[in-house]
Amino acid sequence: MANTTASVIRTTERSEALRAAGIALILGLGLVFLTGFAYPEVIHNAAHDTRHSLSFPCH
Amino acid sequence: MLTRILSVGLLAGLLAGLLIAAVQQVTTTPLILAAETYEKPAEVSAAPKVPHSHQGTEAHSHDDGWKPADGMPRFFFTAITTIATAVGVAFVLMAVMVFAGAPIDERRALAWAIAGFIACGLAPAAGLAPELPGSAAGDLIARQLWWVGTAIATAVALWAFLRADHHPVVRLGAVVLLLAPHFIGAPHPHELESKVPAELAAQFTALSLVVQALLWALVGIGIGLLWPKFAPKTAG
Repeated sequence: MANTTASVIRTTERSEALRAAGIALILGLGLVFLTGFAYPEVIHNAAHDTRHSLSFPCH
Repeated sequence: MLTRILSVGLLAGLLAGLLIAAVQQVTTTPLILAAETYEKPAEVSAAPKVPHSHQGTEAHSHDDGWKPADGMPRFFFTAITTIATAVGVAFVLMAVMVFAGAPIDERRALAWAIAGFIACGLAPAAGLAPELPGSAAGDLIARQLWWVGTAIATAVALWAFLRADHHPVVRLGAVVLLLAPHFIGAPHPHELESKVPAELAAQFTALSLVVQALLWALVGIGIGLLWPKFAPKTAG
């Protein structure tokens, strides 16, 4: 019984970790997309030197 | 868990981004400014130097769109976007480590960060060398797609190759996946007509890779150091 409870807790922890990782992945990719890839001119111009410096395709 | 990832990512990204912004100021930015002096004489017309500027919703102001003025404003925006990139990198790095079930500690976070640099820095650079403004380049969207595709393929290939159960077939598949983008080939311009001197361009390409490697390494080290400090207090 104790084992089952422990494994249920572990499974819950794991699924919570995966959900958190999913949210972090989407946030992270969103940030990198904005700074490295997004087209609006304002974003491009603000991030221009960063894009070149970190070897994202620019221009 | 989410709070922990976000806190560590924000802090590690902020610290790494600040350091890298300072490094950029003395390495890549002076070269970008130098390259722009070669770019400008040929484009004195009203056309801004951004060929893809018409895809945004507000891009129809024509003439000069907003851009940070040279000097402090430009440094400020470069620093902000570098920090944002570093935070994004930190989030992605922790997310994939959690997905893969890898414990997050100093050595592992740094190792995963180095793998991240290989996937997002070295591998794409093999096809699309980091370039200065004014360099000849192929179609932007095609290059971005190739860049993203190469980064993903390399990341998956590294992960598959380095897994504990190194089955030969899996490893062979990983090598094929690693090489595939380079056989497909990166999109290149029809004519090589860069106005920037080759010495500047070469120096920039090397420095840009070094800066990116540093960014990944600092983010990795930051995550490794900060992760234990944000451990949940009620653990156990």
